[in-house]
Amino acid sequence: MSVRVRIFEAMQQIAEEQKVVLPPLEDDLLLHETGFDSLAFAILVARLEDDLGIDPFTVADAVAFPSTVGELVRAYENVPV
Amino acid sequence: MCRSEISALREYLGPEMKGRSISDAQQSVSLTDILGETCLGGRLHELVGRSVLMAVEDQLISAIAMTEVDGVAWRMLLCPPGLNSAEVQSLIEDADIDVVVTDQPAPWMDAGVYLVVAARLPETALTKEKTTRATEWLMLTSGTSGLPKIVRHTLDGLAGAITAEGPARHPNATWATFYDIRRYGGLQIFLRAVIGGGSMVLSDAGESVADHIARLRARGVTHISGTPSHWRKVLMSGAAANFSPRYVRLSGEIADQAVLDGLARTFPHASIGHAYASTEAGVGFAVDDGREGFPADLIGPSRDGVEMKVVDGSLRIRSPRAARAYIGAEAPQLTDADGFIDTGDMVELRGERYHFVGRRGGIINIGGLKVHPEEIESAINRHGCVRMSRARSRRSPITGSVVVADVVLADGTAAGRHETIRAEIFGQCKNSPGIHKVPAVIRFVERLDVTAAGKLARAEA
Repeated sequence: MSVRVRIFEAMQQIAEEQKVVLPPLEDDLLLHETGFDSLAFAILVARLEDDLGIDPFTVADAVAFPSTVGELVRAYENVPV
Repeated sequence: MCRSEISALREYLGPEMKGRSISDAQQSVSLTDILGETCLGGRLHELVGRSVLMAVEDQLISAIAMTEVDGVAWRMLLCPPGLNSAEVQSLIEDADIDVVVTDQPAPWMDAGVYLVVAARLPETALTKEKTTRATEWLMLTSGTSGLPKIVRHTLDGLAGAITAEGPARHPNATWATFYDIRRYGGLQIFLRAVIGGGSMVLSDAGESVADHIARLRARGVTHISGTPSHWRKVLMSGAAANFSPRYVRLSGEIADQAVLDGLARTFPHASIGHAYASTEAGVGFAVDDGREGFPADLIGPSRDGVEMKVVDGSLRIRSPRAARAYIGAEAPQLTDADGFIDTGDMVELRGERYHFVGRRGGIINIGGLKVHPEEIESAINRHGCVRMSRARSRRSPITGSVVVADVVLADGTAAGRHETIRAEIFGQCKNSPGIHKVPAVIRFVERLDVTAAGKLARAEA
């Protein structure tokens, strides 16, 4: 399963738990338009770290937090595992 | 046996009460005959007025040595097993120790104390010492971080909750505890056995839960205490089936509704009580109605002199059962100017009842949302398949922290049900006010560790 699919699945799971209605997930969707609050993103990053074994926002100091869904996916794809 | 004033433990031991014993996994010693015996090789007279470190690995010998030394020494410091040498050295200095009573004398010869007295199983004593003073009882706090602190108690204070109930409360009891009796919760049970005229069955650190329960059954234990974590392990073991105590007691950790209900189902004939006590504040109260938390009207002064109040969310206690002071060169003040001890245990009023929510220092801050791990555990433990859980903080680049819950499921829970159970637990947490958005991650684990003091081990984040 690709990293993208796993991220999208995790987002859908969290949306369900947090009673958030996600818009269709596309690369240029702004993260602040997903309906996720900071806790939902924190949960997403924690679960992806368990699932993928990486947390791209902690390993490097300089990584800026992404602003779109596409940037979020690339942040995970670009971390050497 | 009912005395208004306690002078020493030996006053509660005598040949007139037949059939009393104290036992561990290996031996049983008669308490009825104990006054004519010594486990100090007849050297008790050398301990008169001394400051004694009770560093006896063997709990049974330690118990009997306590009954001998009490009323004779100036003070005795009860040492639970497993302290390292740096800790021991600081205890020796802080408590002005000049005598070590131990069942392993060799390592102590260079400890720089005046006297090392070997302790062993009791033998007939040639002479008898009399009670000449109220010995100070020094105990170590059970805190999980840093060096343990020494607190100074009196036997009167330690036994306050026992003498308040009177000897008629638990007649002919055989007491047991999962605690080590050198810790406050365990010492309470040992004192109940000695002062109440009963017998005592000691724990054994190396024993499996099933073997321990089998031994409790074989010894006819009627009254037993432990922490909620101890009890969860018993419930998980499935070994409690043929064990039928009359009284089951919980203390030392928050007793949530799930563990109280689990015990009520497993021990339908037992009265189940949870007590609030700490090494510093002593026994505050016991609740016997089978519900978590405690009635709000316990706040305020009580009949037996224990006074409680809630300030800034934490429980404060002023009590004749409390320790008198911390001991040592850099000992902090134990009480505030009014004599109250701040227990650091946070409570919350819900309707007519206060509920314990956690420790002051244990709060997890999730992007400004503050939660106690114990609140999350209590919500998770309500799930029928959950036997035990631990909530802990994990750093998050976004909110500072998120909560991860480690969950032990009941034996035989099919792996195929994990995802359903996980969703149900998330659902349960969502319906609990205050923690509706946490935890972030639920992991299923085989087991959770419990500290030597019987408390859930909480790894520092």
